[in-house]
Amino acid sequence: MSMKATLRQIDSVTVVDMSGRITLGEGCTTLRELIREQLGKGKKHLLLNLADVTYIDSSGIGELVSGFTTVSNQGGQLKLLNLTKKVHDLLQITKLYTVFDVHDDEAKAIGAFEKSAGA
Amino acid sequence: MAADASVVEVVLESDLKNVEVAEEVTRRVSNTAGFDEDEQHRIDMAVHESVINAIWHGNKNDPSKHIWLRFEIFSDRLEIRVRDQGNGYDPGHLPDPLSQENLLNVSGRGIFLIRTFMDDFRVESRAGQGTEVVLVKRLNSNNSAPSRREGP
Ligand SMILES: Nc1ncnc2c1ncn2[C@@H]1O[C@H](COP(=O)(O)OP(=O)(O)O)[C@@H](O)[C@H]1O
Ligand SMILES: [Mg+2]
Repeated sequence: MSMKATLRQIDSVTVVDMSGRITLGEGCTTLRELIREQLGKGKKHLLLNLADVTYIDSSGIGELVSGFTTVSNQGGQLKLLNLTKKVHDLLQITKLYTVFDVHDDEAKAIGAFEKSAGA
Repeated sequence: MAADASVVEVVLESDLKNVEVAEEVTRRVSNTAGFDEDEQHRIDMAVHESVINAIWHGNKNDPSKHIWLRFEIFSDRLEIRVRDQGNGYDPGHLPDPLSQENLLNVSGRGIFLIRTFMDDFRVESRAGQGTEVVLVKRLNSNNSAPSRREGP
């Protein structure tokens, strides 16, 4: 079982509905390529919906951090939506919870992009 | 033979595709040992990280090498050994992934997670015999808070 990602565009925001495993190998590679592809198209507002992500390992955490840094360095924003309890705990333990902008309401998350984009 | 211990041993080819095989066996064993869902997931992650380290850092991605997994269920704990054919390392001198300068690093969180999720973690390296990491999870330990399930 690996990772699936589906894209939706809402205003300036690319919502990425992810499911499965973000682990070393396919899951991490898929995420990395997806982020690179979106940035290449000039899409710099990425909202990763992790509601159906069942498993993230240390490499997956690294991939999220790397995505966050890459997007930020290009003047964009990467935010997280709908963490499961497991993923929430993992980000708490690794002290990354406050690094990421984490949301549990999609409309509010999208609003958070627009606010900062207009600034 | 220890009368009160139950043992499962698995030998895997050193290939990333076997990581999920290791996880499946881990799930079965930790379920049999009596751990709840949350604890099973933590044990699963610890083995996942250990096996990846064995393949990657220990066996240097050489598919002709092997990984040995040994699970031993005792009345009060589960002991898991993951052995590779590498040269070993000292887990006492790893950078702290929680420190400010390392927080945004892309790697270096595996051992930290293993230590967080298990009650005991040690590395035994013997010359010519590879590296063996030992993971211990106690039954009914309170280490796995905050998300312990309420007992019936
Ligand atoms: N089985 C192993 N054999 C040799 N070195 C290892 C092994 N496991 C871990 N290490 C060393 O410990 C370091 C930290 O491991 P870990 O915390 O899993 O982070 P990462 O794998 O992301 O580097 C590794 O970079 C490696 O140098
Ligand atoms: Mg590792």
